[in-house]
Amino acid sequence: MSSRTLPLLFINLGGEMLYILDQRLRAQNIPADKAKKVSTIAAWIEEDRKRVMNDIITTMFNKKFLEELFKPQELYSKKALRTVFDRLAHASIMRLNQASMDKLYDLMTMAFKYQVLLCPRPKDILLVSFNHMDAIKDFVKDTPSILSQVDETYRQLIEMYTPLSSGEFQLIRQTLLIFFQDMHIRVSIFLKDKVQNSNGRFVLPTSGSVPHGTQVPGLIRIFSCTGEELTRQQFNNGGNYNAALREGSFEIFGDRVTKLGTNMYSVSRPVETHMSGTSKNSAQHTKVSAAPNPLAKEELNLLARLMGGLEVEKPGNTDSGFRVNLFATDEEEEEALISRPDELSYGVINIQATKDQQANAELAKIMGEFTESGDQSPGASSKGDDLLAMMDGL
Amino acid sequence: MYHKEKSIQIKNSASALYNNLGVLRIAPRRLTYFTVVHANVVNMISASWDGLNYSHRQLQSKEPNVATSTSLIMQAAFCALPSRDLLVVTSQKGIQMYESDGSIMVYWHALDTPETPTEQAVFARGISAVWENYICVGVSSGAILVFDVPSKGSNITLSEVLEEHKESITDMASECSGSQECIANLVTADDEGNLCVWKSGEEFQLLNKIPGFDMSCSSVKLWKGTVVAGYGTGQIRLYEAVTGILHAEVNAHARWIYSLDIAPFSGLLLSAAEDSLVRVWHLTMTPETNSVEVAHLHNECVTDTQICGAKFCDGDGYAFAVTGYDLTDPLGPVGWEMEPLLTSCGYSIGLGSGTL
Repeated sequence: MSSRTLPLLFINLGGEMLYILDQRLRAQNIPADKAKKVSTIAAWIEEDRKRVMNDIITTMFNKKFLEELFKPQELYSKKALRTVFDRLAHASIMRLNQASMDKLYDLMTMAFKYQVLLCPRPKDILLVSFNHMDAIKDFVKDTPSILSQVDETYRQLIEMYTPLSSGEFQLIRQTLLIFFQDMHIRVSIFLKDKVQNSNGRFVLPTSGSVPHGTQVPGLIRIFSCTGEELTRQQFNNGGNYNAALREGSFEIFGDRVTKLGTNMYSVSRPVETHMSGTSKNSAQHTKVSAAPNPLAKEELNLLARLMGGLEVEKPGNTDSGFRVNLFATDEEEEEALISRPDELSYGVINIQATKDQQANAELAKIMGEFTESGDQSPGASSKGDDLLAMMDGL
Repeated sequence: MYHKEKSIQIKNSASALYNNLGVLRIAPRRLTYFTVVHANVVNMISASWDGLNYSHRQLQSKEPNVATSTSLIMQAAFCALPSRDLLVVTSQKGIQMYESDGSIMVYWHALDTPETPTEQAVFARGISAVWENYICVGVSSGAILVFDVPSKGSNITLSEVLEEHKESITDMASECSGSQECIANLVTADDEGNLCVWKSGEEFQLLNKIPGFDMSCSSVKLWKGTVVAGYGTGQIRLYEAVTGILHAEVNAHARWIYSLDIAPFSGLLLSAAEDSLVRVWHLTMTPETNSVEVAHLHNECVTDTQICGAKFCDGDGYAFAVTGYDLTDPLGPVGWEMEPLLTSCGYSIGLGSGTL
């Protein structure tokens, strides 16, 4: 539907991902002096955390990448978008197992779905995006080079979205809602805050402030042919509404007013999802199609390739303890992977380095644009590293 | 005033699209058809009046000869013409017309979709049967396509393209199809809230243009020469179609209105919005004084659901059905039926024989 949806989807999901990773990295944090004593346990020190965040944000706001992102295009399939985020999550020294990555993606998508649903006006999705951007800006405030990339993105968002009409924003929102259709994963923090029911549906209150530009329901006015008001009547609106709050700011700096899109995690509120209750709703989940899709090559597209090609400095031993676990223990993580219902698997497309890179001329050209050191060494990379690759017959 | 009836299960949930519920009552067969759009599929349910038999069908939006290309559907609606009923499905790629049971596609019209996507989305939305033999469909560019429909067969032709709106068409409505003569018999609405009032014919005539106020009009109805329009601000406005005089303004909902429907024999109005509420109103026209009255009768809350379609199941408004985004249980339309009560208008309405 709307060809302007992808940037908003990507930036907001990316923002949620950063909130979650930031919280997990802090939770697994060990003070620097203790870290020196525990050489065998995975230990994140403050430096590492900042570095991971910076690396991911740098990749997210890469100029070439954003140029591609902001082009008018249809939304990606769930599979393709998940692959893009897989890449993004691994654009640093951090490693995530399949189960943790699945959980991360579940949380990100349910959080943004919640924000889209609860936006009072479709245009408020832009304010939600600005809340995410404001937080991202705060993460990199000490690094001027990344900061300027972020500022440039603000400008692009403002340029592209502020002129849109309410109807066009609603089309964007409707496109996003189709993307999120039938996702009802229960998120612990939402259940605790009573914004999500135990059946996975979000609570839509019939109370609170009406959106900016809307009147509190209840008034019927009748006019004469000359335009004078003849009568006014009140009716019972069945809810408990109050007048709209002031409008949030659509500039680079400003009070966004809405809390949607701000960081709801903190070290003391761990991120959890419940898998057990969802299998009874399995009939309603869209089954991930396993059939070969002739358009699949298009899906695993420029964006994912662009992302995979970005060089990231790797320390000496990639396999040792720079792993992030989204669960409380390693055992839980393994358990989650085994017990994840089939219909909720994302069917992530595996990318492997191949020797056929030259076969795709376009790909080779892009590789040329990104490679700084000049050569890739597929042989030396570990299984978890992603290089630019072609897909092998989906 | 209404009590909840059992709901109908469909294969997948309704997408968040304006006016996302089609209803066609087939009295001779004691059946009602419902259509609900989910992404690129139209779910069709045929429900017998005794509530005992249901059958399902799914239609996909597909170009007839292209195996893999599908596109998102914007709307599916029944067009009841004097000679035949058709089901019209509009999508990003074009317009499909089927026999009303969805069994055969009788016509396909492709939209001009550009090679690479443009900033302005391309799609068709807004469907109405007009007078005896026309079906009108709106396009995202603001154009309105007028199709001439013969009383049978597939020789449907594009008769005219009306270019008056500059913004995407959202919805359109007509009255007086095939029966009494009306001055105006079509109203069309767009994303800026502009309303155009037309008279059908070999060449459609623009009778009036009612300017919007920069807020999308997502659902519109025409009844007894009065335009009833629902907006993204949650307001409903009643205008005299031909003159544009504002008769009434109702602060009806706390969120974007997604669907309006009128039961033409009783003047009952149904409105539904993202705020989870369905409201029933009563409209009274007094031609002598050229005045309109709006009375609020009833509220129904579909908890935690953004409603995207609401329609009366019959011309008197004895029963109505509602669909919502992402409903899990029930997946399908939920129905309400009127209780035998004295209404606030002071007359009693019995339970109709037509239920869901």
